[in-house]
Amino acid sequence: MAYSDKVIEHYENPRNVGTLDKADPNVGTGLVGAPACGDVMRLQLRITDEGVIEDAKFKTFGCGSAIASSSLVTEWVKGKTVDQAMTISNKDVARELSLPPVKIHCSVLAEDAIKAAIEDFKKKRQGRAPKQTA
Amino acid sequence: MKLPIYMDNHATTPLDPRVLEAMLPYLREDFGNAASRNHAFGWKAEAAVEVARKQVAALIGASDKEIVFTSGATESDNLAIKGVIEFYKAKGDHIITLKTEHKAVLDSCKRLERIRQERLDELKLLRLSQLAETDVTADNLAELSVKHRIDEDATYQKWAALPTGGARVTYLDVEADGRVSLEKLAAAITDKTVLVSVMFANNEIGVVQPIAEIGRLCRERGVLFHCDAVQGIGKLPFNVEEMKVDLASITAHKMYGPKGIGALYVRRKPRVRIAPLVDGGGHERGMRSGTLNVAAIVGFGKAAELARQELPDEAARLLRLRERLRTGIMSQLDLLKVNGSMEHRLPGNLNLSFSYVEGEALMMSIKDVAVSSGSACTSASLEPSYVLRACGVEEDLAHSSIRFGIGRFNTEEEVDFVIRLVVDKVRKLRDMSPLYEMAKEGIDLKSIEWTAH
Repeated sequence: MAYSDKVIEHYENPRNVGTLDKADPNVGTGLVGAPACGDVMRLQLRITDEGVIEDAKFKTFGCGSAIASSSLVTEWVKGKTVDQAMTISNKDVARELSLPPVKIHCSVLAEDAIKAAIEDFKKKRQGRAPKQTA
Repeated sequence: MKLPIYMDNHATTPLDPRVLEAMLPYLREDFGNAASRNHAFGWKAEAAVEVARKQVAALIGASDKEIVFTSGATESDNLAIKGVIEFYKAKGDHIITLKTEHKAVLDSCKRLERIRQERLDELKLLRLSQLAETDVTADNLAELSVKHRIDEDATYQKWAALPTGGARVTYLDVEADGRVSLEKLAAAITDKTVLVSVMFANNEIGVVQPIAEIGRLCRERGVLFHCDAVQGIGKLPFNVEEMKVDLASITAHKMYGPKGIGALYVRRKPRVRIAPLVDGGGHERGMRSGTLNVAAIVGFGKAAELARQELPDEAARLLRLRERLRTGIMSQLDLLKVNGSMEHRLPGNLNLSFSYVEGEALMMSIKDVAVSSGSACTSASLEPSYVLRACGVEEDLAHSSIRFGIGRFNTEEEVDFVIRLVVDKVRKLRDMSPLYEMAKEGIDLKSIEWTAH
């Protein structure tokens, strides 16, 4: 199966590979997938108090499409607000990378990773909010 | 050194130039039909085919009269399994094989199981239509069967015992090293067993099965023994007399011959009989009709002759290269696992699991080297290799495996290049792997609740 040039480009030069401090209250971590299924994606977002995503890092265990999908979404979410990032759908990712049907799964994972990271961030904020007002 | 490097010699092998030279006259001036008995063109073609038949027979210790040319090993496997079951249906209908066999064997068995089930359902329908007061349809078949206790019905039982043309199949598990247990095999044989089908060497993990021991067991118990010998032929000694093999599938393109030509060895003493799959002009003693592919057969014969002459030296050379590859990679990377027995293994095979790196991603990053992956991320199904799973390899590791197949034309220089490339790319991919990071932090990956999908 031949990959699109965009998948290969992201695969060979992945953007924003790395790790953010999980303990940072402004960092949300999303870990999706399963090793037994052959792909695990971890997306971390650092979000300002105003709700703007100022940094994004990923690490992915998976095929070329999974790596390219996660690399792409780290580029897309940077500078966006949380609400804007929540509107990114797997279809956008699949279209941008011209993923073949059997690889749509990888783009679903990327969408799930964004949502999971934001959810994690929101949970942290809720936990922290009472402390700030106290 | 030329890139890309071909290291997928289990999939197919390049044509040896000496084989091509032998074939060329039969694609040019000597184009006759080997079945034309009345002129020089036919005689020449027939003579060339008979030379090749002897060359192929010599490679496996058979007589030339025991070689049936086919279109390849898939046809040979189909002919052996379906042909034996059809011919011996009055004797029994049970087959024993392994879960790690090639799909040509497994899917032939599955079809025979379906045929048997369809025949039994037809019988059930017939019996029920005699007993039932209402019309029997596919929808109420199960319900009426229970109501009329059809599976216990003596008449039905008597009918169901008649030969169906299909088969019951036992798919044996293998041990962790990929080999069959002789005790389990012996225990699976019943008085209805007509055929045992076990491969010589596995195409993914290169594990070599105890063929001589299986042959002895089958002969003692009066069961026919078919061996898909494709991957091991020409790489390790294989002798149908010493190993008591009754039917053996081989193919030319895995031993530097052309594609589209193979053979089935069918024993003459004691005689094994098979029903043909292809009917027609009665070629190949009626077992496989169709005009012979003379040029390909000549190439097959030449490839067999070369394999026989060069086997001892070549096996030693492949083993040296394989060990160089294995130790070269394993001395520089941690968390690796070799899949399958190291002791009973093809000299040119190395199947490695690189923990926390996905096999297809690794293949993509070493695109200057042609290898194969046990990960199924390239196919519609997300299931990894059934062979690795049957050996008890965990799913995550099965997704992380790569098969290296070293062959006649690989060099030491190529092996060294592959070692450098693989080590470099695995390190890069592990730096990108959340699982490797977590494992290094001491997190037990099994303790995590993964999102199922």
